[in-house]
Amino acid sequence: MLGLLWLIPILPFAGAAINGLLGKWFPKSVVTAVALGAPLASLVIALGCLWEYSHGSFPNGVYEQTLYAWTAGDLNIPVAFLLDHLSAVMLFIVTFVGFLIHVYSVGYMGHEEGYRRYFSYLNLFMSAMLMLVLGNNYLVMFVGWEGVGLCSYLLIGFYYDQPFPPYAGKKAFIVNRIGDFAFLVGMFALFAHFGSLTYHEIFPKIAADPGAVTGAPYALGLPLASFIALCFFVGAMGKSAQIPLYVWLPDAMAGPTPVSALIHAATMVTAGVYMVVRSNVIYQLAPGVSLFVAVIGAATAIFAASIGIAQTDIKKVLAYSTVSQLGYMFLAAGLGAYSAALFHVMTHAFFKALLFLGSGSVIHAMSGDQDMDHMGGLRKHLPATFITYVVGALAIAGVPGLAGFFSKDEILHAAAGSGHWVLWAVGLITAGLTAFYMFRSVYLTFFGQFRGTHEQEHHLHESPPSMTIPLWILAVGAVVSGWVGLPKVLSETNRFQDWLAPVILHPAGLAAAEHEMSTGAEWLLMVVTTLVALGGIYVAWANYGRDKGLAEGQHWAARLPVLHRLLLNKWYVDEIYDVLIVRPLAAISRFFWKVVDTFVIDGAINAGAFLTELTGDVGRFSTTGNVRNYALYFFLGVILLFWWIAFR
Amino acid sequence: MSVPISWYLLLSAVLFAIGAIGALTRRNGISIFLSVELMLNAANLTLVAYARQWGQHTGQIIVFFVMAVAAAEAAVGLALFIAVFRQRRTIDVNRMNLLQG
Amino acid sequence: METLIFFLFAALALGSGITVVVHRSPIYATLSLVLTLFSMAVLFVLLGAPFVGALQILVYAGAIVVLFLFVIMLLNVQQEESAPARRSAQLVTAILGAIVFLGMFWLAFWRTGLRVGAAPAPPKLTEELVSLKGLAGALFTDYLLPFEIVGLLLLVAVIGATVAARRPGSESSRPEDDYVSGDEPRTDPLLSGPDPRRPSVAEPAYKEAHS
Repeated sequence: MLGLLWLIPILPFAGAAINGLLGKWFPKSVVTAVALGAPLASLVIALGCLWEYSHGSFPNGVYEQTLYAWTAGDLNIPVAFLLDHLSAVMLFIVTFVGFLIHVYSVGYMGHEEGYRRYFSYLNLFMSAMLMLVLGNNYLVMFVGWEGVGLCSYLLIGFYYDQPFPPYAGKKAFIVNRIGDFAFLVGMFALFAHFGSLTYHEIFPKIAADPGAVTGAPYALGLPLASFIALCFFVGAMGKSAQIPLYVWLPDAMAGPTPVSALIHAATMVTAGVYMVVRSNVIYQLAPGVSLFVAVIGAATAIFAASIGIAQTDIKKVLAYSTVSQLGYMFLAAGLGAYSAALFHVMTHAFFKALLFLGSGSVIHAMSGDQDMDHMGGLRKHLPATFITYVVGALAIAGVPGLAGFFSKDEILHAAAGSGHWVLWAVGLITAGLTAFYMFRSVYLTFFGQFRGTHEQEHHLHESPPSMTIPLWILAVGAVVSGWVGLPKVLSETNRFQDWLAPVILHPAGLAAAEHEMSTGAEWLLMVVTTLVALGGIYVAWANYGRDKGLAEGQHWAARLPVLHRLLLNKWYVDEIYDVLIVRPLAAISRFFWKVVDTFVIDGAINAGAFLTELTGDVGRFSTTGNVRNYALYFFLGVILLFWWIAFR
Repeated sequence: MSVPISWYLLLSAVLFAIGAIGALTRRNGISIFLSVELMLNAANLTLVAYARQWGQHTGQIIVFFVMAVAAAEAAVGLALFIAVFRQRRTIDVNRMNLLQG
Repeated sequence: METLIFFLFAALALGSGITVVVHRSPIYATLSLVLTLFSMAVLFVLLGAPFVGALQILVYAGAIVVLFLFVIMLLNVQQEESAPARRSAQLVTAILGAIVFLGMFWLAFWRTGLRVGAAPAPPKLTEELVSLKGLAGALFTDYLLPFEIVGLLLLVAVIGATVAARRPGSESSRPEDDYVSGDEPRTDPLLSGPDPRRPSVAEPAYKEAHS
């Protein structure tokens, strides 16, 4: 089965091609079959490969499969796939959650005009994401990176007949591009120094001789490792929506909800975290940049959470929640707790996808309305959705026993254990805010009186099984996925951490990051985290539960109007960017268009034509038809020739 | 005292210049031809002078060929004049302006 | 003695050359040309090329000039009116002529190292150099190919002249095209009006001057 590894990214690509090019002539059933069959096949093959991999033994502990070695002069990049402990985790997440979301989409997008186009894009996305995680060198990863960016653009702007979705798609793509540029610069630096982009050729070299990359400054006053780490992180900022490049993710909610679930929660946005974890050797040798990563992660986490508590659109709440959770992941990665970061990626994939799909179910029942101010008391009408959504909310809030608790706890433990108490405090406050806004959304949506229109009330119904079954499966995952990473105080060993250990190379001479705490301190931290989470839930219940509806929330908004407005308007970040960046750029572009292009460039061309015309008009006077004039010219020519020969 | 070659060359230059002025100034086609013949003769004088100066036959042989070419040119040119005259009834070269563009 | 002959015939050549160019009547110009050719022939002999001198008289004066005279008679070329030629054109040509002269002068003397009066003496004339035998020897050995080509050229010229001057015989059915001298009243071709069959080709300037 391992020999079929290469099929995992290729099958969805084939599905996308078939549906995209030929699907016009297929009936809907065939389109669905192709669209579901490809990711299902990928999932099956992936599970088989994982089974074989975990029960086999391989050189260097990894399995590599090279499809084609691309050489261009000195450049030698293999198109090859790699299955090691890290890519195994990502492979599982992407194929499993991806397949479930495909199944969900059949029900959700069943009545859409662009059904075939949607599945073609979604399959293409799967293909690109799988290429990203399975690549054995940075270039294959980058191809996947760009591919998921493209699919994100295509899918955000899916409803292209409305004005906003294409705009949001463009915004996502362009903001991503800024990150991609930095990523490319990092890759160039890496290649210039090592002559290769393949992981197993670079990382052992770095680990063996760290001095070579940490010594002399390379660029921007930073040594090579720090420079590359910084460039890569800027790339991750774009892709994984960290400050300052997160602005595209909330607007990306203009796409269909399954897209938000898959791309902007479970998989694409985690590509940045994957990339940082993959490059852990480089980050370990760049302590300043790593700290910067952690700080940005923590800042993003609390910043996004603060916006989330004031939003009324259910998808926006979840979007900012995603940004916030991504901040957690980078906080962990920045502190050197790479396995904690990846652990959170995995649990987050389950519960965030669950929450998004649940919200999709709610929106579907509400006939497309996403505003929580119009919802209320839906638990009577949507029982399955309600239960699974609450499970997801509990998971993300960090209630003990569910997945989110373990992964979040790992992260906070890493912060406290390495002595960064400020970061720990920020993480803790964010955990409280997370619990608060999640349960605010739960209470506003599912409890109290229904606040929508009469027509909507008539239409409320539970979603079809194609949508609820994935919800149940994800709910199970949200609960269970945490148990593979039980901390050492609860089980003998943290199995997840052990699993990931081979991927975390330790550079020679560098002590492993110390995250050890005494058992007592660890228990204390866990209790504190739990109390904060429960506290957040309590505040939410106090304000929005007990059938209070919107009243209490509006009461608070009235008492702190300035703060409320700031939070509701996302701290006006988009407006600031518009004034500082977008408008000047537009003005410059307009200048180049009106002045440079019209006058200078066109002018130069027109001047050439004008000169030619002028020459013709002047030269015309020499064709007089008078033979004696011609004789004169003849003679003049002879004289010139004469002189030239004479004075050569 | 024999005549220095340079005087022959000087004479030849002057005759050539006279012939050139005549070729450019006259309106009558025949007159132009005559001026051209004058120019050719001046060139012949130069060639013979140099043949004498260097003690070779080459100059004279070239004169030989020049004369033959001049004869051919005169014959064909005058035949053309006759043909043109048939159409235009004039050999005033100012009138031959069909090439005017 | 040699110098005297040179100056005499050089002056003659110069004078008749100027007459060729300046005189208004073509007949007189042609006869002046004959005089010029004769003077040049003498100068050739003076330079030790008697055969070329004889050739000059035979071919140039005897054949080419006769041809010229025939054509002048045939076409009944009259005296050229001193046309209101533009002063500027004459000035330009005069200057150009002067430049040409100066250029050749300069070239001949300074570049080739011959100063007036400071030339190395030419080698003595030998029998071989002067005689026809020497000339023919060189002509038919070293310069055989150009000789043959010139012969070909003459053939082509004969054919060309014959074709060009031919009466438009069977192709043209217009009797007006057959012109024979004496057919029409004696008028100066330069004075007669524009071709009545093609009124559009008249020069506007001519029309203004004579209408």
